[in-house]
Amino acid sequence: MSRRILPLCNVRVLGVPAAIAVRDLRKSYGDTRAVDGVTFEVEPGEFFGILGPNGAGKTTTLEIIEGLRQPDGGEVAVLGLPPWPRNPALLPRMGVQLQASSFFERLTAREQLRTFAALYGIPAGRADAMLEVVGLTDKAATRTEKLSGGQAQRLSIACALVHGPDVLFLDEPTGALDPQARRNLWDLLRVISAEGRTVVLTTHHMDEAETLCERVAIMDHGQILKTGPPAALVRELDQPVRISLESGQLSLDEARQLAGGDAAVADDEVSLTIVTSEPAEVLAELAQRRALAGLQVRGGNLEDVFLNLTGREYRA
Amino acid sequence: MNLQSFRSLSRAMALGYVRDRTALIFTILIPVLFLVLFGSIYKNSTTPKLSILEVGKVTLVDQARAASPGELGKILTVTPAGSLAAALSDVRKGTDDAAVQQRGNRLVVHYSAADPTKAAVVNSVFSTIVEQFNLAATGRPPAYRLVSHQVEDKSLKAIQYLAPGLLGWAIASGGAFGASITLVGWRHNKLLRRLRLSPVSVSSVVAARIWVGVALAVVQMFAFLGIATTPYFGLKLTASWWMAIPVVISGTLAFMAIGLLVGAAAKSQQAASAVANLIILPMAFLGGAFIPLEFAPDWVRQVSYVMPLRYLVTGMQNVMARGLGPASALPSIGILLGFAVVVTLIAVRVFQWDEI
Repeated sequence: MSRRILPLCNVRVLGVPAAIAVRDLRKSYGDTRAVDGVTFEVEPGEFFGILGPNGAGKTTTLEIIEGLRQPDGGEVAVLGLPPWPRNPALLPRMGVQLQASSFFERLTAREQLRTFAALYGIPAGRADAMLEVVGLTDKAATRTEKLSGGQAQRLSIACALVHGPDVLFLDEPTGALDPQARRNLWDLLRVISAEGRTVVLTTHHMDEAETLCERVAIMDHGQILKTGPPAALVRELDQPVRISLESGQLSLDEARQLAGGDAAVADDEVSLTIVTSEPAEVLAELAQRRALAGLQVRGGNLEDVFLNLTGREYRA
Repeated sequence: MNLQSFRSLSRAMALGYVRDRTALIFTILIPVLFLVLFGSIYKNSTTPKLSILEVGKVTLVDQARAASPGELGKILTVTPAGSLAAALSDVRKGTDDAAVQQRGNRLVVHYSAADPTKAAVVNSVFSTIVEQFNLAATGRPPAYRLVSHQVEDKSLKAIQYLAPGLLGWAIASGGAFGASITLVGWRHNKLLRRLRLSPVSVSSVVAARIWVGVALAVVQMFAFLGIATTPYFGLKLTASWWMAIPVVISGTLAFMAIGLLVGAAAKSQQAASAVANLIILPMAFLGGAFIPLEFAPDWVRQVSYVMPLRYLVTGMQNVMARGLGPASALPSIGILLGFAVVVTLIAVRVFQWDEI
């Protein structure tokens, strides 16, 4: 791979080059094509997600961008520089969150952070301040082995952020966390993104991608199927809307008549479900009849997008 | 190499090691335990006394004992036997080493050939007794006398050779195991990857690991010597004993290099531990740590020349036990450092920073 600055880093409209630029990336392990012609760009300050089931090639792609693996083909640039071979000028501007066990043995949270900070020449005071950012001040003197899953993940993110990088890479950050811990972590990630950093996240959780990412790339079998803002991708599908009501407010015939010709109506004694592509009309009708008890409306989500793109059920 | 990175990494590694209280205590205690064990085996390491059964009256032996009770008393003890048959049975069983009878002017010795060394000693002792009486019977004064002197200081005991051997083994184990297991563990939990993603240089990481390893080895040495020189064990340090410090340092470097090589290729911590054991334990026997080379068979002595542990142990023995001058440790230091350099170069070539 050549060391030159890529022509990929086009001068954008405002004259700002892309934070991360990937073109036609390829990586194979034996016969398996882990990464098969991946192309995308991430704008500075963007919260970008790579989404897909396990084995899609997300982690390998991220490792290549971080400079841990050499691609077989294609080009990568991070902040305009090639990450491979190991580039000590680029490394301080990148932060990588690794799995929660990548710590020194038997050190407290504060000591871990200070040790990593020292590697970048960051003073201890800033390291301690970072503990506060991730909400671990009261666990500062606890050994990392004793932290809960969520706390360890947050410490891991703190270690990735302590040197103030421009780009942050997160690989499955909410991996094994319980729902509450996940939500807490999401809040933290939003704060980090709001500071103006570029964040790249890989995940197999659709809800995470929908909630956090400004743009996602949907990946499967080493290829990117589609890129775009989550909401836009879903709307493109023009998926019918599923309206669910408490059973007993309308009879089946009444519901069919109300919903119109091409709607599907079902009643299982618990809920009355109407699936329609004209939700506005149906909802207005229901409102008029005051038949809105137990109302639930569900549109499409990224799982539907995935299904539509691959013809497969999304199995994380 | 960045000084701040080096200090920070050294501190992190040292804390991680020292806070493992159990491992720390065992690192100090296990050599001491072995010292107790081997020490009690070798404590009175002179040949045990011969146990002789006297059948009937054996005037020759009684007169010999009367003439020089001290000397003979050091070599043999004599107990009267009930009958010849009983005595022979005891000798066959090995309870006693020989049975003697006197028939007229013949001293009859019944011995067992099961232990050739003892058989030889028995025969030579009684042969000497008989010849001395023969000489006395002629009435002529002896033409020659035998005078023997022990070369070493009279205070030399087994512990002088044993302690450096055990310390050498402890240093070797610490160096090899520590380096290999830590590295494999770090590769496995991706700490090495985390370090690779930071701007720290490879040399900082390696230097920090080496520095911590050497410091720990020196501490281990002083702790061990502190215990071994107490009256119970009675190790006496000779004049140039402080030269053992550079010997220990170069030994640590050599064995950390071995650990680095093992850790470079091993796939798991169990594998690293198993391979390190496979190297260190046989080397302890073949290199003169557990069994002093003086007592070892010839082939062991030949093989020991390729064992780095041999040079660590003999280097320490030269300055701590044999009372030789500082220069006697230099060949050991040189060989160990050379070994360390060569093996480290190989290890760096083979090293994997990440599991693929």
